[in-house]
Amino acid sequence: MPRDAMLTVEGLQAWYGSSHVLQGIDLEVARGEIVCLIGRNGAGKTTTLRSVMGLVARVRGRVVFDGADLVGRPVHARHARGLGYVPEERRIVQGLSVRDNLRLGLLAAGGRRREADAIAAMAEIFPRLAERLDQSAITMSGGEQQMLAIARALISGPRLLMLDEPSEGIMPLLVDEMFDLLRRLREEGTTILLVEQNVELALGIADRAYILDQGTVVHHDTAAALLADAAIQERYCAV
Amino acid sequence: MAGLTPDLLAMQVFAGLALGAVYVLMALGMSLLFGMLTVVNFAHGAFYMLGAYGAVALLGYGGNFWVCLFFIPLAVGLVGMAVERVLIRPLYGRGIDYPLLLTFGLAYVIVELVRIGFGTEDLPFDTPAALTGAVNIGIGYFPLYRLFVIAVTGVVLVGLWLFLERTSYGLIIRAGARDPQIVRILGIDVGRVWLVVFGIGTGLAALAGLLAAPLQGASPDMGDSILAIAFVVTVVGGMGSLLGAVLAGLLVGVVVSLTSLVAPEAAQVAVFVLMAVVLLVRPQGFFGRAGLMS
Repeated sequence: MPRDAMLTVEGLQAWYGSSHVLQGIDLEVARGEIVCLIGRNGAGKTTTLRSVMGLVARVRGRVVFDGADLVGRPVHARHARGLGYVPEERRIVQGLSVRDNLRLGLLAAGGRRREADAIAAMAEIFPRLAERLDQSAITMSGGEQQMLAIARALISGPRLLMLDEPSEGIMPLLVDEMFDLLRRLREEGTTILLVEQNVELALGIADRAYILDQGTVVHHDTAAALLADAAIQERYCAV
Repeated sequence: MAGLTPDLLAMQVFAGLALGAVYVLMALGMSLLFGMLTVVNFAHGAFYMLGAYGAVALLGYGGNFWVCLFFIPLAVGLVGMAVERVLIRPLYGRGIDYPLLLTFGLAYVIVELVRIGFGTEDLPFDTPAALTGAVNIGIGYFPLYRLFVIAVTGVVLVGLWLFLERTSYGLIIRAGARDPQIVRILGIDVGRVWLVVFGIGTGLAALAGLLAAPLQGASPDMGDSILAIAFVVTVVGGMGSLLGAVLAGLLVGVVVSLTSLVAPEAAQVAVFVLMAVVLLVRPQGFFGRAGLMS
């Protein structure tokens, strides 16, 4: 178990309407870790991230981030405490340029960083975006849009970055590039909570992983141990 | 149809633009509220009426028209913000019909309060002295005040455009109109943005009512017919589209103006015929996104 917990989720339950999607999730993410949630479609991975971010209306349980319980707090307050979230659909804003999408990510941070510096810093990390700053964001490829979605979440300097299916619908070359980037981010001090359909890829980058099934955590271990355990993978992750 | 000279037609088109300018101010606010907050604001006509009556009151206390032009939209915008904060906010996320019914009822309350305060009769509203008379616009003499209405609307449009395109707040509003959820995820307190948007929308309605008052006087139910037309404009332009609201507003103004030249009694009907035709050809309106209402 990690000693220096940054995020502790205890007995998290969530509902969409009358459907009881999360039935008691317990997990921990330590400072500097990459933790991965794996499991089949509908297991509750996305809902877990959304609940931590405050996007699910009906939840019960505890979501403790840096010592403060976040349940009941608005989304912007969670963001202000250092939570960043890149949703699965990426949600690049249509009709805005790459630069304006990045600016949008920076606005909540107020005057903490100069806009030009912050955008230049992102352009350095994501050279593909640097060339396209004034292009309409929606004209970029899926992979480039995913890069933009990550850059937009990173630009405000979150301490815990939550990513939902970053590899989905992206060509393999870009997926490698993106996972290299996630490793680099971790080295620079960003903690990462990842939901990833591609189990091998996910376990290859993560320190630890939680396996979800039907709204509960059914198993958790180090990524290396899970990678070696074909039976577990077969049982909970085979599509 | 004798006497329908090109000059007369051109004049009538110009008169239509002045009329359309008022529709544009109304529809911009409605489109903004719908696009961002998914509030179909049935009280928009009441805020329009408040613009005219606010001016009546302020003039009664010795204010002049120019003071009204500045303070009344501001004051009514603040009333709008209070309404958003206290009445509308608890209804977000409950579906489109809750705020619709609430504003529908609110319109009655506002209109009755004005009847109690100012009486049920129409009140005359003088054109400000500096804006009386007519000027030669090349094709004939055109009332100066109507030119002024077009000019003020133009200035407001440019100001609104600069606000939306050049400021951080404008960026949030543009993004929020497309996808409020990602704006929340990026840490922005959308509640505060919605409050400001409501203030802008209702302030624009008040400005429209104030500008219309010298043309038609003030009456407690002056907002009813303009509300219907503003809905048509919003729908024809595409709900949520500001550019659509501007173009459709001017178009509807010109259609009303030209129809009243040949068949005055058909002017109101023409507006709805126009809407029916546009919706048959393009159900989402000029610039609307398909499926926005579903």
